[in-house]
Amino acid sequence: MIKIEKLSKTFHTADGSVEALKNVSLDIADGDIFGIIGMSGAGKSTLVRCINLLERPDEGSVTIDGVDLGSLSKKQLREVRRKVTMIFQGFHLLMQRNCLKNVCFPLELAGYSRADAQKRAKELLETVGLSDKANAYPSQLSGGQQQRVAIARALATDPKVLLCDEATSALDPNTTNSILELIQEINQKTGITVIVITHQMSVVEKVCRHVAILDGGEVAEQGDVTEVFSHPHSEAAKRLVYPESDAPDVSDVSGRLLRVVFNGAQAANEPIIARMASERGIAASIVYASTKSIGGKAYGQMILGLPDNENVITAAIGYLSETKGIIVEEVTGID
Amino acid sequence: MIDFFNELFAPDKVDEAWMIIQNQFPTAIWETVYVTILSTLFAVIIGLPLGVLLVTGEKNGILPIPSWLMQTLNVIINLLRSVPFLILMIMVFPLTRAIVGTVVGTEATVVPLVIAAFPFVARLTESSLREVNPNLIEMAQSMGASPVQIIIKVMIPESVPSLLSNATIAITTVLGYSAMSGILGGGGLGKIAINYGYYRYKDLIMIAAVILLIVLVQLFQTVGTRLAVRSDKRLK
Repeated sequence: MIKIEKLSKTFHTADGSVEALKNVSLDIADGDIFGIIGMSGAGKSTLVRCINLLERPDEGSVTIDGVDLGSLSKKQLREVRRKVTMIFQGFHLLMQRNCLKNVCFPLELAGYSRADAQKRAKELLETVGLSDKANAYPSQLSGGQQQRVAIARALATDPKVLLCDEATSALDPNTTNSILELIQEINQKTGITVIVITHQMSVVEKVCRHVAILDGGEVAEQGDVTEVFSHPHSEAAKRLVYPESDAPDVSDVSGRLLRVVFNGAQAANEPIIARMASERGIAASIVYASTKSIGGKAYGQMILGLPDNENVITAAIGYLSETKGIIVEEVTGID
Repeated sequence: MIDFFNELFAPDKVDEAWMIIQNQFPTAIWETVYVTILSTLFAVIIGLPLGVLLVTGEKNGILPIPSWLMQTLNVIINLLRSVPFLILMIMVFPLTRAIVGTVVGTEATVVPLVIAAFPFVARLTESSLREVNPNLIEMAQSMGASPVQIIIKVMIPESVPSLLSNATIAITTVLGYSAMSGILGGGGLGKIAINYGYYRYKDLIMIAAVILLIVLVQLFQTVGTRLAVRSDKRLK
């Protein structure tokens, strides 16, 4: 269990001071995949660096399994960091070491013998699917492969927590997916707690169970991923759920609006709007739609335009609500 | 012009020069190489840790030292770097005498050479280590590395190619200094060039000595560059 309490951090630079974190509190359960999402400059990187105390917060505390990290000596903190490891956007592999030696690195730091370290490193390279690259140097690998080596390295000391700092932001969508699947798989196998820092909604949607939205150094909203993304309350959450470029403009729509939230409905292949038209004779126009199918289930939401008729509205809500995993509510705009 | 060459390569002069070259050059070359390598080695032994300290000892470094100590270190290095080598050589005569027992000869020049070269090596080391990606240091910290582990396992290994090319610069500079020391009693090719060329007007000997110095610099530079490139795993 990671307990982050009332963290604040201000950076003083030549151009004045920047409040990177303001009174941030989060509880992260063991074995969870917890997303921390926000725009650039929201304080995500500072927050993640406060979790292993690479950055000392000005105020507040980070407690991992009942141990307040702020109270530890430098030596004790180094021990904790073997159990709270990190992967980075830029991979940060040692360029003059081959892959095997890179994975050995944290084991050497922890005082393993060379033979033990290499044995463990080989196992880990196998876990991440790169046993054949043991003797290759990082410069010979693709970005995705480098991140796999970095993951193997981060897992070497058998950590309880894995911090992912924009770990997929430098990768293409396919590679991002395969890295996220690997992280998910490792989480399921070992029960490691994963904290995912990202600015990409898709990353949180794909792997996280819980999410905190960080905005201007503050937690704007937190909770279950599906809950937060289907009912965004805060401004920051809405900005993420409806990126400005495709925010629906409903000002000139006549009639009434229904928001249909797909929350894992088995509806990816079901023409549910068309069926509503043919079965109930309710013709809805799609004002806005942003849905995606993940593993055969639909996620996302739609705004339907319907005639201004109470009976039609009630019938439509009734019909759509019958499908499991769909939430329907009447809205006056996207607020 | 033709007269000049006829005179330079007059048969008696060529014979005489060839005699001297055969008699004296093997020892002189050996002395020059030996003094250069030995002095650079000592300069690295002193300068490398100082260079590390210049980077890690900063206020935001991984192993901060008191700022007065840091400033003192910087001033000493800058002072030693600003004294012209021949003047420095004279200034350290007492020290040379105390260590070696004499101020002339091949061994004696090692002392001023080391004193001239170690601040240079410290600065070169500093610039090599500053090239190390700071993210790698953060990565090592995030894995629980101690400052000493970061120096030994990250900073130095990651900058090996750069350290090797800077070591090459250091060794060729020391070679130049060692030749210069010939004017104040140092041995080697520099002494021969000055004794025969300057004091006795035997230009051919001087030219031969200079050509050999050029060849040595080329040799050190080629080997050094090749080692630096070969050691760099980023280029493959």
